[in-house]
Amino acid sequence: MNMNMIKKLTASALLALGLNATGVLAAGVSNAEIEDFDFSFEGPFGAYDVNQLQRGLQIYTEVCAACHGLKFVPLRTVGNSGGPGLPEDQVIEYAKQFEVFDADLDDFRTALPTDHFPESNDPNAPDLSLMAKKRAGFSGPYGLGINQFVKGIGGPEYIASLLTGYTGEEKEQAGTVLYQNTAFSSGWISMAPPLYGDDVEFADGHSTDLDQVAQDVSAFLMWTAEPKMMARKQAGFAGVLFLTLLSVLLYLTNKRLWAPVKGKKTS
Amino acid sequence: MSGIPHDHYEPKSNGEKWLHRRLPIVGLMYDTLMIPTPKNLNWMWIWGIVLTFCLALQIVTGIILAMHYTPQIDSAFASVEHIMRNVNGGHMLRYIHTNGASLFFIAVYAHIFRGLYYGSYKAPREVTWIIGMLIYLLMMATGFMGYVLPWGQMSFWGATVITGLFGAIPFIGEGLQTFLLGGPAVGNPTLNRFFSLHYLLPFVIAALVMVHIWAFHTTGNNNPTGVEVRRGSKDEAKKDTLPFWPYFVIKDLFALAVILAVFFAVVGFMPNYLGHPDNYIEANALVTPPNIVPEWYFLPFYAILRAFTSEVWVVQIASFVTGGIIDAKFFGVLAMFGAIAVMAVVPWLDTSSVRSGRYRPMFKWWFWLLVVDFFALMWLGAMPAEEPYASFSLIASAYWFAYFLVILPLLGVIEKPLPQPATIEEDFDAHYGAKSGDAQSIANPAE
Repeated sequence: MNMNMIKKLTASALLALGLNATGVLAAGVSNAEIEDFDFSFEGPFGAYDVNQLQRGLQIYTEVCAACHGLKFVPLRTVGNSGGPGLPEDQVIEYAKQFEVFDADLDDFRTALPTDHFPESNDPNAPDLSLMAKKRAGFSGPYGLGINQFVKGIGGPEYIASLLTGYTGEEKEQAGTVLYQNTAFSSGWISMAPPLYGDDVEFADGHSTDLDQVAQDVSAFLMWTAEPKMMARKQAGFAGVLFLTLLSVLLYLTNKRLWAPVKGKKTS
Repeated sequence: MSGIPHDHYEPKSNGEKWLHRRLPIVGLMYDTLMIPTPKNLNWMWIWGIVLTFCLALQIVTGIILAMHYTPQIDSAFASVEHIMRNVNGGHMLRYIHTNGASLFFIAVYAHIFRGLYYGSYKAPREVTWIIGMLIYLLMMATGFMGYVLPWGQMSFWGATVITGLFGAIPFIGEGLQTFLLGGPAVGNPTLNRFFSLHYLLPFVIAALVMVHIWAFHTTGNNNPTGVEVRRGSKDEAKKDTLPFWPYFVIKDLFALAVILAVFFAVVGFMPNYLGHPDNYIEANALVTPPNIVPEWYFLPFYAILRAFTSEVWVVQIASFVTGGIIDAKFFGVLAMFGAIAVMAVVPWLDTSSVRSGRYRPMFKWWFWLLVVDFFALMWLGAMPAEEPYASFSLIASAYWFAYFLVILPLLGVIEKPLPQPATIEEDFDAHYGAKSGDAQSIANPAE
């Protein structure tokens, strides 16, 4: 009974998972070219690279924050382990550069670590808190999306592809300048190329070519979208390990319990 | 409680006797837990426990989530992000709850198709089946309203599309839709009432689950042979059954542990797999998403809804005969609810006297085609409403109805069933061999 039953259970579970994935079929970014960048946090054992998150935070602060906001992200979390992990004094210093509106004062004041990042300055610039989760670069294989188990849904890949996807072509449409971008769904985006390479200078002298900074800021935005990813994977790992062990014990208990009732299996 | 003769609880100490005369609750628990269960149940009989576990899991995680969630359109989305970022363990609670809904539906579909294959719906278990269908309907309502609560784009537009179905009902539709939404469009009153009902319905489901269990404890479980347990005497019944505790409790817990290991892998390593990325965009009444897709567990019926367009001849006939009262939209709504209704009345559509599909050579083929059809509809429901998907959807929808309304009634008449074992014991021993020294289980050469 054992192997056959385990096979049946696994098969039905896999079948259910595989076929139920049809919901993500429509989520794929259509006619867009998403490059499959390698990030350190992919797969069940992937983890954020603290140095990369800190570089991404710097790029966000010096470039993106001019227009975009991160309204769901509390400033104090840049000090979290499992995130950029800045020391406490640096977190306080970091918060000071932002101005937030205080309803009690009815005026703007210097931000504290307990405040959130400011909202977008430019009303046309979307908030970036969840950008890495609201765009799916991958939906394969065969539209089943199973490969996100090892690669993620492709959100950070989408962001990095977008940042490096400008062709240099421009056109004017209804008074707005649009820039051709191979990763954008319609092909033309209203955001001017934000990064060219050498846009920032890293204290540790890390490379600042376009591909590198695009990936760094994408990794940072994955963290703003999913700040508890590391804790989640650890919990998932502990859960799977514990339940597998429990399954083995229950299997042996069950086998022993039924042994006196069953004779030798004949078919 | 059960129709199968078995030992009942006997209070021994004075304290037990005192309580038993006033409230026989220990006896009720004993009879429920020690219920004689057919000993040949296979691994498709584990889903009931999985479903019960899912209900408890969803209620427990849901109650904690409700402590931190705000059902108000300006802060609902932010409160979910608050849960994901600031609440201790909040990200795990939410991911377990959202994926728990999917596990719930995987289990309920497995449970329903188990019932369809082994004829669990047939007399005398029609009431169990009907209550099960009611539970399934309430699950869908609860799942749908729960999906609206995070107030993302798919929440908002899914709610708009689904409540729009009620608007398609002639004469009363528009008023009904306004009543459901609490206004002319999906808005704050809608979110408030969906939150309230999403909290209420699981407890209604819990009550119905008890009635469901009560019903099949009265008739006894079905089993893979479809042959009834012998009830002439306790000794006879004991040859066909084993008590639920410990035999089936341990077996079911083992299956549950294996399933939960897979579930935790999904929650831990790909928690957004079954969700839609657009739902991480806050609801915006001014921006319609390019492709509005319901959650996966609605897709088969969503495909049936969309299959009946105004170009389909049945729709045109219906429209002509009713003087335009039944238009394509209303026809689609009728077809969608009809698809569930034909499943609910299957006890009276299946004319075969043989219960289990195991002994029905022709039925088997049609049944497995129905399973394929179900998954095909699920896939088609996620596809855009264009050719060739529209034609495939129509064919697949037609088969769904044909299976219940034509094939099942006919098969009972034309099919020649295979011989069934005389008893459950005989089937069990044929699989596992007679125990040496067991006088009762001498191989029966009858067949």
